[in-house]
Amino acid sequence: MTIYIPTPLRTYAGGKDAIEIGAATISEALNSLTNEYPELRKHLFTNEGKVRAFVNLYLNDEDVRYLPEKENSQVSGKDTLSIIPSIAGGCETVREA
Amino acid sequence: MYEAIRAHGEETYPHECCGALLGRHGEDGWQVVDAIKAGNTRTDSAHNRYNIAPIELVRIQRSAREKGLEIAGFYHSHPDHPAQWSPTDFAEAHWLGCSYVITSVAKGKATVTNSFLLAGKTEEDKRFEQETIHVENAPGEPTDQALQEITSTKDQR
Repeated sequence: MTIYIPTPLRTYAGGKDAIEIGAATISEALNSLTNEYPELRKHLFTNEGKVRAFVNLYLNDEDVRYLPEKENSQVSGKDTLSIIPSIAGGCETVREA
Repeated sequence: MYEAIRAHGEETYPHECCGALLGRHGEDGWQVVDAIKAGNTRTDSAHNRYNIAPIELVRIQRSAREKGLEIAGFYHSHPDHPAQWSPTDFAEAHWLGCSYVITSVAKGKATVTNSFLLAGKTEEDKRFEQETIHVENAPGEPTDQALQEITSTKDQR
């Protein structure tokens, strides 16, 4: 499968925006990815080994959180996994300039 | 494009607008060549919060890759608030090395636009650094139809 790396994490993935990984499940693919690029681990996972809350994983166009098998979902060579940190904010409370 | 970003803030006033900036990284920072409007999913509190649906980000990232560009950063507006990052903006900022552009929209009119680089190497040491925005017209293009480019460089002040 192909894993797409977002801009901020490319520096920890050899500068690549896409990485081909041979794996049977999403979890296996993420393990292979972080074994190959260990610096990615702390950006993707908490100390307890869970995916960080602000990191979204999309298998093709599906949010992995809502897949029946979640990270244990089976994958094939044609699948893509997008890593997408969340984007949010707002002027709810404002720091003085 | 710079004016389009500001106009987006006026269109959505009194709600916050948001979108993504596509470009390339050079020696002087990001050169932004395209801005993609996004929907604000925070319909419960759109006047002071914004959120871009992750699936929209997936599609924007895909589109950028097809164009040979990267996601350089994001923009949003602050209706009737200064163009300064808020604690909420900081807490929710996770794209290290990317630019966060904020436009203040006062009574429906875009006023100040600022850009902040999310500097640092991890979530634990991240910080916003104000950047200078350079607005350029593409060479050889008529001014009124020019593709404008934003080059964000770290503010040395």
